[in-house]
Amino acid sequence: MSARERVAGTVANYVDERTGAAKWLKKNLKKVFPDHWSFMLGEVVLYSFIILLLSGTFLTFWFDPSMREVEYEGSYEPLEGLKMSAAYASTLHISFDVRGGLLMRQIHHWAALIFMAAMVAHLLRVFFTGAFRKPREMNWVIGVGLLTLGIVEGFLGYSLPDDLLSGTGIRIAEAIIQAVPVVGSYLAYFVFGGAFPGEVFIPRIYTVHVLLIPGIFLALITAHLMLVWYQKHTQYPGPGRTEKNVVGYPLLPVYMAKAGGFFFIVFGVTAFLGAVASINPVWLFGPYTPGQISAGSQPDWYMGWLDGLVRMAPPLETHAFGHTISWNILIPGLIIPGIIFTGMALYPFIESWMTGDKREHHLLDRPRNNPNRTALGAMSLTFMLVALINGGNDLIATHFDLSINQIMWGTRIGIIVLPPLVFVITKRICLSLQRADRDLVLHGRETGRLVMLPHGEFIEVHEPLTPERAYLLTQHEQLPALAVPETDEMGVANPQGARGKLRARLSRASQEQIPKPSVDEIRELESGHH
Amino acid sequence: MARISRYRRHRLAGPVLLLIALSTVGAGFSMARAETTKVVAAQSDKATLIAEGKEIFARGCSSCHGLNAEGAGIAPSLIGVGAASVDFQVATGRMPMADMSQQAMRKRPVYNEREIAALAAYVASLAPGPAAVTNEELAWERDGNTAQGGELFRNNCAMCHNFAAQGGALTAGKYAPTLMGVEPRHIYEAMLTGPQAMPVFSDKVLTPQEKLSIIKWIKHAEEEPAIGGAALGRVGPVTEGLLAWVLGLGIFIGIAVWLTTKAR
Repeated sequence: MSARERVAGTVANYVDERTGAAKWLKKNLKKVFPDHWSFMLGEVVLYSFIILLLSGTFLTFWFDPSMREVEYEGSYEPLEGLKMSAAYASTLHISFDVRGGLLMRQIHHWAALIFMAAMVAHLLRVFFTGAFRKPREMNWVIGVGLLTLGIVEGFLGYSLPDDLLSGTGIRIAEAIIQAVPVVGSYLAYFVFGGAFPGEVFIPRIYTVHVLLIPGIFLALITAHLMLVWYQKHTQYPGPGRTEKNVVGYPLLPVYMAKAGGFFFIVFGVTAFLGAVASINPVWLFGPYTPGQISAGSQPDWYMGWLDGLVRMAPPLETHAFGHTISWNILIPGLIIPGIIFTGMALYPFIESWMTGDKREHHLLDRPRNNPNRTALGAMSLTFMLVALINGGNDLIATHFDLSINQIMWGTRIGIIVLPPLVFVITKRICLSLQRADRDLVLHGRETGRLVMLPHGEFIEVHEPLTPERAYLLTQHEQLPALAVPETDEMGVANPQGARGKLRARLSRASQEQIPKPSVDEIRELESGHH
Repeated sequence: MARISRYRRHRLAGPVLLLIALSTVGAGFSMARAETTKVVAAQSDKATLIAEGKEIFARGCSSCHGLNAEGAGIAPSLIGVGAASVDFQVATGRMPMADMSQQAMRKRPVYNEREIAALAAYVASLAPGPAAVTNEELAWERDGNTAQGGELFRNNCAMCHNFAAQGGALTAGKYAPTLMGVEPRHIYEAMLTGPQAMPVFSDKVLTPQEKLSIIKWIKHAEEEPAIGGAALGRVGPVTEGLLAWVLGLGIFIGIAVWLTTKAR
């Protein structure tokens, strides 16, 4: 035993005698994680969050969350002598007079955009592979909570510098709060401590941005990861992979090295972006004044769909009993997002009700093998994309020489017509892919090699699949659709009522499949037709 | 007087007086004559310029604006729009219009400076209107104030032209163009005359000095280096979001695929 090993052993022993960590570590460092690129999307979210914490802490050292009016005396000449809030002046100070300040601001903002983008990508992976099924429904709900919080947190951060763009965003947020029926104006007064803009909202959102939401984030992320740890990670199907095992690499050393390296890559790329690409150039926007606005005022991308919905809403208002209800803001700003996020959170429960499948699942679905879910996901994505495109309608108009009105009408019609169309098309594509899988299993791969038989017939040689590939294409289960009993045991007709009928209808739709090759079919083929 | 009158009988008094009288009359006459010539020359020059402008107008503009610039169904009357309007529209290439679409766009001018001056003189001769200015007349570098200009720009211009003067969309395919690379005189004339969908910013709304400040700010925005790195078009968060998805997340997915590739 070398001297170094002896020292390491002594230290380890010292820690173990006091914490009993050895046993726990021995077990957990050997924990196996399956290996797939799409499992690393969630890691990007986690690492971006760490970058956000670190760069955000740096920014708090100089940021002054106050709406006190000051005269700018910093080194950015075009704003010299202008009256502005201390928040904006200190953001300029960070950008121009603090060493590394602008880089940190840009890293913080890029990390925020990537944080949200990676979160959405992670969510799509979880959705399309059915990773949210029992026992992971709770983790899915936590994930939806994190996504919602992320949008709010990002928006608050966008609002803090108190430049013209962030003030415009806050103004729209105020309008959405006011659109709440009956109590809207009171709520807005409560939030802003009086009439807009008031003098309190920057300090208030600062506390929420740096303390409350990051705190909730930390708690939810911890719960999210502990659940992954406890329930173990899902894995893609393949030979040797079952519902009872996890095939992959142990945490130490392989996964630890990969994940650790990946953290530094994420940090490096984000820092690179912060160094070479300008983001949120607050000095160009100027200080916020309620009387000013800029053409092309946009929210960050994760709010863009919401802005797009508000932009496309037709001007509808009703006046009743001394109250005005602005449907044009209420519907796109509150009702539709409410439906989307509630629906998203409830989806695992809805799906298990539709299919009647209450079993545990640790093997992921290939998206094509669940055409209904895949189509539903593609449909929702289309809805969001159309809304997002309308969020940038003015820039699309100027940069592609189009009319903003045409884009708005295009998206108004598109948001109603395209999602169902995409649903049908996606479902058909999934079924076609299933059919292709079936052909592949039954007839093998077309080699493109033509052979003339002695009696003159030409045939194309089909090469049988490897057993691994054939297994992958046939391992999924195809459950029968739920049926509604005609009568119950007492002979009463239609015992489950309309609910049962709906459930059976949905179940039929979600179990629509191309039958995978049966054992008999394969056996018949193997016995020698081809 | 007494000292001068002492010499009134001097023998040189006569010739000196004559000399003074002659030179006074001569100089006065030549000065008066020179003035007259100049006025005549300027007038005749202006008259030729107007005549020249009328001819160019008849050839290039009258098919839409009418033979006497009285306007027609498709184009407005130009009586009273002034030389500033002509200088802006023609020297930025907006007129003659390429096509009758949403609005005239900036392009390479069809006429040269002399022809534009002639057209401007002709239109200005029809009725009084705002006069054209030259870049040299506008002392924006001296009289303008960048910070004040920025404030005025955000108050009056940014809602259409974007916070960094990059342009923006208006209704039904109309747009506020980018102000990058526009000559100071054209910015000034545009504020004065309100071309296309733009409102008029008369000297009561924005004083000439304030206009110069706006020009100074725009020129500053044009020349400001991309402080934080690639400027991404200075159009706000849309391009930033695109880059975060394509470059940011794109790179991470690429690296994740590489990290999880099985060693062969």
